[in-house]
Amino acid sequence: MVEVKNLTKRYGGIKAVNDISFTVESGEILGFLGPNGAGKSTTMNMITGYISSTSGTVTIDGYDILENPKEAKSKIGYLPEIPPLYLDMTVRKYLEFMFDLKRVSLPKREHILEIMKIIKITDVQDRIIKNLSKGYKQRVGFAQALLGNPPVLILDEPTVGLDPKQIIEIRNLIKSLGKKHTVIFSSHVLSEISATCDRIIVISNGSIVADAKTSELSSSISGEQKLALEIEGSQSTILNSLKNIPGVIRVKKMRDINDQSGKYVIEYQNGYDIRRDVFNAMSRNDCPILNMQSGNETLEESFLKLISQDQTKKKTGGNL
Amino acid sequence: MGAILKRELGSFFNSAIAYVVMAVFFFFSGYFFYVFCLSYDSANLTYVYSNMFFIILFIVPIITMKSFSEEKRQKTDQALLTSPTSLFQIVMGKFLGAFVLYAICCAVFIIYALVISFFTAPDWSVILCTTIGILLLGGALIAIDIFISSLTESQVISAVAGFAIGIVIYLMSNFTSSIPFAWLASILETVNFLNYYQNFTYGVLRLSDVVFFLSIIGLFLFFTIRVFEKKRWS
Repeated sequence: MVEVKNLTKRYGGIKAVNDISFTVESGEILGFLGPNGAGKSTTMNMITGYISSTSGTVTIDGYDILENPKEAKSKIGYLPEIPPLYLDMTVRKYLEFMFDLKRVSLPKREHILEIMKIIKITDVQDRIIKNLSKGYKQRVGFAQALLGNPPVLILDEPTVGLDPKQIIEIRNLIKSLGKKHTVIFSSHVLSEISATCDRIIVISNGSIVADAKTSELSSSISGEQKLALEIEGSQSTILNSLKNIPGVIRVKKMRDINDQSGKYVIEYQNGYDIRRDVFNAMSRNDCPILNMQSGNETLEESFLKLISQDQTKKKTGGNL
Repeated sequence: MGAILKRELGSFFNSAIAYVVMAVFFFFSGYFFYVFCLSYDSANLTYVYSNMFFIILFIVPIITMKSFSEEKRQKTDQALLTSPTSLFQIVMGKFLGAFVLYAICCAVFIIYALVISFFTAPDWSVILCTTIGILLLGGALIAIDIFISSLTESQVISAVAGFAIGIVIYLMSNFTSSIPFAWLASILETVNFLNYYQNFTYGVLRLSDVVFFLSIIGLFLFFTIRVFEKKRWS
């Protein structure tokens, strides 16, 4: 549905976005995660055609955003970081204007009423946007993005500045929209993304540092713990004896360290402490444990790790 | 284009701008009409029109100061530029919105002509020519000032720069007479709005005058489109 290829944006000598590529299938909810200033908004502005890329292409449903802007843009509903609201208009007048601007060919009155119902702004439809609270303004911005039922929704930090109740409402809304639309939404709050998205792309300093299913990134959150081990001995003996320890779900050999020893990861259920059992089992089989580490990572930790790794890489690169 | 035109007019009439502009326009045109026509018992509207030149130079920047500046400041340009509406249509919508308000102001001259027609037959050729002239003059100034407003986020800068351009246009004859280089003076003389506008107020409709104002409109609307293109590509 959305295909981004080698997207780069340069401002003078600074690369705001550096060679980003990914595709989003229809019906997928993709989370864009990264610290402030990582290049999330710039990427989204390029996907929606607000600014052009220095190099690389964006295709929406087969239409290039720069070559066929009319077709591509009509498939996107965009909620920028600051909702583009005309403060002097009433909510309904504003939505009517956006409806005409987007050249939507649905029945105007009914469609706007339906959207207002979904977003729950029907009761403020005759109020001037200037006088609405931040939460309502955000929702009007949301409503504007949904006009014309575009197949792709791009939401730039849709929950910033909302109270916890509103955040949960918006989250549920995004989840329900994800059934019918392709959604890309960005946030610098991790819990936000992990609660709503199927897939997460982590951006740091303009590059993608991780692209994975939410379940893969957060296996530890779903009640599993990890133990990373370095063990000397034959592989089959080690794997067999480790599997028989109560509480163990999976045992994986990651790689060989040298001829005798290798690196293993055990995933086990929460609530068990298998370290003694592992030690005893290995010593019975005469397989000395050279290193044992609790590999238990929360999503938050893995996120921070990814970003700091990326930054140290950049730093050492700079020193060389 | 229609949507933007409608919104522009809505925003003019929902705020004080439309009423202030109309009040100023009606006050000065009414004053000139009284001084040059009613108090002299004259049916000649030429002096009313030629004196409005100065007022128009100051009114147009007020109409256009919000145009793109406010969109940029409120970030609503993001909605415009990411919609399937083309840049040409966006800029045209903005231009026509300002132009319609301006045309409504100019409609007051019809009333003056009707007032004269109660007493004597007005010179309809002068009135027709000048109406065309005054609309073209306004159109050219609107195009220039919309271009200025596309360059800045601040309404104040947009308006002040518009006034400055207006003063330069107004004083163009003084500049050209004091410039010692004949070639430069002659170039400036060819872009002197007053020369072209005055022909209309005498009741002379010349193709070159019409083409001059239409080219200014076309040129500055084109520049405005380029400003947004450039912003996207830089």
